[in-house]
Amino acid sequence: MQPANLLLLTVVLALITYGFAYARSRALAMPLGGIRHLKSLPFYYGARAALWSGIPALIVLALWAAFEGKVIQTLVLGSLPPDSVPQGAGQASLLLSKISNVASGALPVGFVDQSIADAAERLKGLREQSRMLMTALVISVAVLAGFLGWLRVRPKLNARSQVESILKWLFFACAALAILTTVGIIFSVAYETVRFFGQVPFTEFFFGSQWSPQTALRADQVAAEGAFGMIPLFTGTLLISAIAMIVAVPVGLMSAIYLSEYASKRVRGTVKPLLEMLAGIPTVVYGFFAALTVAPFISDLASSLGIDAASQSALAAGGVMGIMIIPFVSSLSDDVINAVPQSLRDGSLALGATQSETMKKVIFPAALPGIMGGVLLAVSRAIGETMIVVMAAGLAANLTANPLEAVTTVTVQIVTLLTGDQEFDSAKTLAAFALGAMLFLATLLLNIIALRIVRKYREQYD
Amino acid sequence: MTDHRSQAELVRQSLKARYRKERRFRAYGILAIAIALAALVTLFADIIGKGYTGFAKTTVTLEVDLDGEVMYLDDPTDKRQLKMADFVEPLILALMEEIPGATEDDRDLISELINPYASVTLRDALKDNPEWLGTTRTMTFLTHTDVDVYVKHAGDEGYSIKLNDQQQAWVDELVERGLVETSFNDVFFSGGDSRDPSKAGILGAVVGSLLTMFVTLVLSFPIGVAAAIYLEEFAPQNKFTDFIEVNINNLAAVPSIIFGLLGLAVFINLFGMPRSVPVVGGLVLTLMTLPTIIISSRAAIKSVPPSIREAAEGIGASKMQVVLHHVLPLAMPGMLTGSIIGMAQALGETAPLLLIGMVAFIVDVPDGFFDSATVLPVQVFLWAGSPELAFIERASAAIMVLLAFLISMNALAIWLRKRLERRW
Repeated sequence: MQPANLLLLTVVLALITYGFAYARSRALAMPLGGIRHLKSLPFYYGARAALWSGIPALIVLALWAAFEGKVIQTLVLGSLPPDSVPQGAGQASLLLSKISNVASGALPVGFVDQSIADAAERLKGLREQSRMLMTALVISVAVLAGFLGWLRVRPKLNARSQVESILKWLFFACAALAILTTVGIIFSVAYETVRFFGQVPFTEFFFGSQWSPQTALRADQVAAEGAFGMIPLFTGTLLISAIAMIVAVPVGLMSAIYLSEYASKRVRGTVKPLLEMLAGIPTVVYGFFAALTVAPFISDLASSLGIDAASQSALAAGGVMGIMIIPFVSSLSDDVINAVPQSLRDGSLALGATQSETMKKVIFPAALPGIMGGVLLAVSRAIGETMIVVMAAGLAANLTANPLEAVTTVTVQIVTLLTGDQEFDSAKTLAAFALGAMLFLATLLLNIIALRIVRKYREQYD
Repeated sequence: MTDHRSQAELVRQSLKARYRKERRFRAYGILAIAIALAALVTLFADIIGKGYTGFAKTTVTLEVDLDGEVMYLDDPTDKRQLKMADFVEPLILALMEEIPGATEDDRDLISELINPYASVTLRDALKDNPEWLGTTRTMTFLTHTDVDVYVKHAGDEGYSIKLNDQQQAWVDELVERGLVETSFNDVFFSGGDSRDPSKAGILGAVVGSLLTMFVTLVLSFPIGVAAAIYLEEFAPQNKFTDFIEVNINNLAAVPSIIFGLLGLAVFINLFGMPRSVPVVGGLVLTLMTLPTIIISSRAAIKSVPPSIREAAEGIGASKMQVVLHHVLPLAMPGMLTGSIIGMAQALGETAPLLLIGMVAFIVDVPDGFFDSATVLPVQVFLWAGSPELAFIERASAAIMVLLAFLISMNALAIWLRKRLERRW
């Protein structure tokens, strides 16, 4: 039975339980003289029973589905004859994928050892058993819990308050999912990062100026894997982000000022949604634009001026990223500028200042902290942006400040290290998680500072 | 007195400069907006200019003599014979018929004009109509990608024409006689990915996107609304709920690729879920869009005036009844618009999906949530990275489809907001 069907079945069982409990509560109310003598409406008795039936069953289903694969894998590996037990985690995953390929029929049995064929049979059997066990367990939990819920329907039972408190807990669980996500992120990157630092020394990662995970540069390097110095990646990221900011901040800020201070309502009404369209365009489209239109244009232009330019340049990626960030900067600045009270404007204008002087000398200083917060958020976004740089920035880890050269960024390296064939315990793969950890920490720091600033100064005039 | 006069004079003199500055400042603002809008227009013009040809296919109409001896086929209902038979030969012969002066020596050159999949078309036609064997039929086939590129981009410097002069002359002749034509590219909308650009379509990616979006919507909307209700209506003011709030705001600004790392480490490595399937993609995108939905849903709940709550409480509704029967229906339009915008973001997202393996080359249209699939933006990414130029126009065309989806979703959100918005 497919998990999806099982889910449906559980819901149906819960609905049936609902019906029964609803009927029972009404039946119990009859001799008392009608439902007004029940503590709660019949609906709540039904809902309570349905929740009793559905929730435990769904929890069992979710847990089973989550851990089924791992448990079966371990059992299959454990059942292998001692001489073919794999040594490292990489070999194990290789062996497992071989076994599951045999099991699914993608790899004919004749091509593999007898022990693997046996393991594949065992895998199939275990999967079958697990599915049957799961179905039986989930259904019996649903029926049993529902029955218990049904039994406890009494006129005096305050079903409404019980249902409401269960609902409240459900709502809480949904809100707490945000924490769980953060914890998940931290654990998933932290665990692999620690393993990475077990293989590559701390100092090499943080202070090394060479990044070439694919090839070994020196003989004494770990497992002849390559060099893992993150400095060129970070300078590349910063270079591209800086270019993006040089494009986005003036354009975004000036358009926000114009739209909030000068533009008529009609102009504002048409230009603002158009600017917001820039924010709605998927980043892969920007990447496409940067890689296939802007980058060749820049390199042609540079070579016609007699300057050497790489076909994939930091300038192309950064410039297009800047365009992407314009609406972000402009809408945040717009908010902050609008939050400056009108009395400040009126006061300045009454003293004879022109509008631009008012803007530059009164409103802008007042809004500056909020704008800074917005810019920091934009920087964090630029650092974490992936598709544009993957498509347009290049793969070569150059330690350069020349915007016409190809550079690579943290996100590009994460993507290149984790797409394609990989084994899960090599320094190469783990390096991606270490980079992810650095990226997460850097953006987290920026976000926290930025959100603080924005929040603090937005409230100042309220 | 001279002091005053000179000061007034000074002011008068400086006034001009100040007004100039004012005008300049205003011009900067207009310039900034012009730059942003010019970028938008350039982007759209570039994509449309590159991609509109992707919606056209080039076909050749031939009189094919379905001679059993040429094809080594005497019973089209026999599956084994169908598999072994030669369906290329009749096509080449038919083409050679149409090209005057073609000799046996030109055979190889001529065979390069027809699409490798044309023989499959012919085979399928014979399979469906076994009685055609031995007759002559007028049929339409896809041309080779090189011909397609030549017909559509003959004078375009961006494309390299791979046909030689002889072949170009033949194709010109065929175009003149109306045998080679370009028409609406239905293959693009009905096929999966392919190594051959003229055969590649977006249906597989669109279905993959829809499945992924379905998972995302089904999970993120109820969870997001429930979380918003808890935080706005039930949460006590303490450190823990503060912590949840800070967390949600932070998650909204975490780079999307980090969610890909999370998906890879938790769903694939820890839980052992399969790679490259809509369910995992949907789960990752759910975690990514949840903060957006929660934040907009909270704003919607906040905008419901307290008088509604008080009225409901006044006639004895419990807190939960107030929320579910009165606040939630009134906040629903705002929640829906927020969710549509969040879903639009998720639809265009690529980076996290790369990490969970949705970049695989998948020809088949997925038929379930646990079937290998790719999504539209990833398809664009794959085609954009392809060395074959003919894929660029396909990628641009796919972008147009993607943008059409996104713009209609955003338009729907705006329409909903206008239509259902209520001022209190």
